[in-house]
Amino acid sequence: MRNFYLIAKKELYSYFSSPVAYVVITIFLVITGYYFYNLLASFSTLSFQASTNPAIAQQQNLLNITETVVRPLFGNISMIMLLMMPLLTMRLFSEEKKSGTIELLLTYPVTDMEVIVGKFIACFVVFLLMLLLTATFPALLILFGEPEIGPTITGYIGLILTGAAFISLGIFTSSLTENQIIAATLSFGVLILFFMMGTSVSLMGPTIGNIMMHISLIGHLEGFAKGIVDTTDIIYYFLFIVLFNFLTLRVLESKKWRG
Amino acid sequence: MIQVEKLTKSYGSYQALNEITFSVEKGEILGFLGPNGAGKTTTMRILTCFFPATSGKARIAGYDVFEEPHEVKKRIGYLPENVPLYRDMKVVDYLSFVAGIKGVRRQDLKMRVGNVLDECGLSDMSNKMINELSKGYRQRVGLAQALVNEPEVLILDEPTVGLDPKQIIEIRKLIKNLAGKRTIILSTHILPEVSMTCNRVVIINKGKVVAVDTPQNLTANIHGASRLIVKVDGPTQDVITGLQKIQGINKVNKKESSNGISEFILDTEKGIDIRRDIAAGIVRSGWGLLELRPVEMSLEDIFIKLVTKE
Repeated sequence: MRNFYLIAKKELYSYFSSPVAYVVITIFLVITGYYFYNLLASFSTLSFQASTNPAIAQQQNLLNITETVVRPLFGNISMIMLLMMPLLTMRLFSEEKKSGTIELLLTYPVTDMEVIVGKFIACFVVFLLMLLLTATFPALLILFGEPEIGPTITGYIGLILTGAAFISLGIFTSSLTENQIIAATLSFGVLILFFMMGTSVSLMGPTIGNIMMHISLIGHLEGFAKGIVDTTDIIYYFLFIVLFNFLTLRVLESKKWRG
Repeated sequence: MIQVEKLTKSYGSYQALNEITFSVEKGEILGFLGPNGAGKTTTMRILTCFFPATSGKARIAGYDVFEEPHEVKKRIGYLPENVPLYRDMKVVDYLSFVAGIKGVRRQDLKMRVGNVLDECGLSDMSNKMINELSKGYRQRVGLAQALVNEPEVLILDEPTVGLDPKQIIEIRKLIKNLAGKRTIILSTHILPEVSMTCNRVVIINKGKVVAVDTPQNLTANIHGASRLIVKVDGPTQDVITGLQKIQGINKVNKKESSNGISEFILDTEKGIDIRRDIAAGIVRSGWGLLELRPVEMSLEDIFIKLVTKE
């Protein structure tokens, strides 16, 4: 199992020897930071108003920093992840296909599985680093206020699982094509579809609606942001990750039978 | 070391390889010769387990490339035609990565990479990014990655294509130095390369093997007879009849004549040298013998003859 470690190391090297990781992480932090600022500023305006207007003060939810800042922040971070993650994953196989390095890689004594796991882990590490840097936002809140620690932690667990799911999908689309733009567009498309599915639940019948709710990515992240760790959600993410990694494996294997 | 039996590969209805069979002995350098699209790269990709054949068998070091690809992959070094490298890596980091993934033990890794850098003349470039290197140096990095695990078998797809003459000579020298220790298959469409580096040649065309032999035998055997060029100062018609009388000459072809000097190409019977008889005959008739030399058929001629036969 030394091989997947070596591949992960090599992919990390590539991420950080090119500007890709730096640019994606920077833009991600700028936008999430901007959202955080907006949420926090409107919270402080609200608190200020509440001190003079008892009607606002009575709406308990509004003055709960976990409810008005932390929870929406997780929602926003997941949306920005949706925009950024395909940019991290798109090169993983497409670039190797285009430059032909895949030919050498697959004639080295490594298994397809080790290649996929290695690439997955490398991208996951970059993602974790990116997410870790956003922890400055809740850290600031803890410094100056009293947000609930529990939902903050579970929220992060939810984001980590979501990110892993995004990566597995992104690697899959990257394995389909040698064109990075197509790879990214495909994963944007599929991810947005998975998000939108949740919004059309009310338009469907109860059975289909229910199924769609369960397939949709939104519903599963919400629980975590509320501080609920439901095994259903964990299994959902787990299956999502396994499914797309499995599909990637099949794509790599398909060169063995395709004409 | 390498046995290929009735290997066939088709892409849809297009047949890239059609039952090719050949084998390579340990320590041999086999030249794989053919025009573009003959199936050289396809054969190499099958041997390196990149994709499987439609039918047929191939074994490397006793391991079947379809049944035990992992064992085969451990024993080969492969240099694909367009030398795909991770251009965003430094030479030394790239080679360390490849060495690791090819199973070189951690404690040997540094030494092995150092050796291969020396061997391929890359020591001065080890800290450069691969995308900063010239084509010739990238080719060397490609060769270095193939060699880094000291594989028993080397498979090189057009290793000298796109290099300048000096670099070509250096790469060939490098390959020749490896002979004996390793078994090498190298594909090329540059013919002098084959006569310079290879012990044996497989010529393929349109997915079929058209000849397997040593470069020397190929040049000798291809035409049933040997040819001579003679330049004579004398009356053309008399010379022709005179030459036809000499035993061992099958055919006299007049090439050109001017100012009473004529040039002929003589097809002679194979295996006997009749140059003395010809010289004596011409001198006896009182004509001037200006030139008498054998025509050597180059590998180029043979290749074109074989490839255009159909």
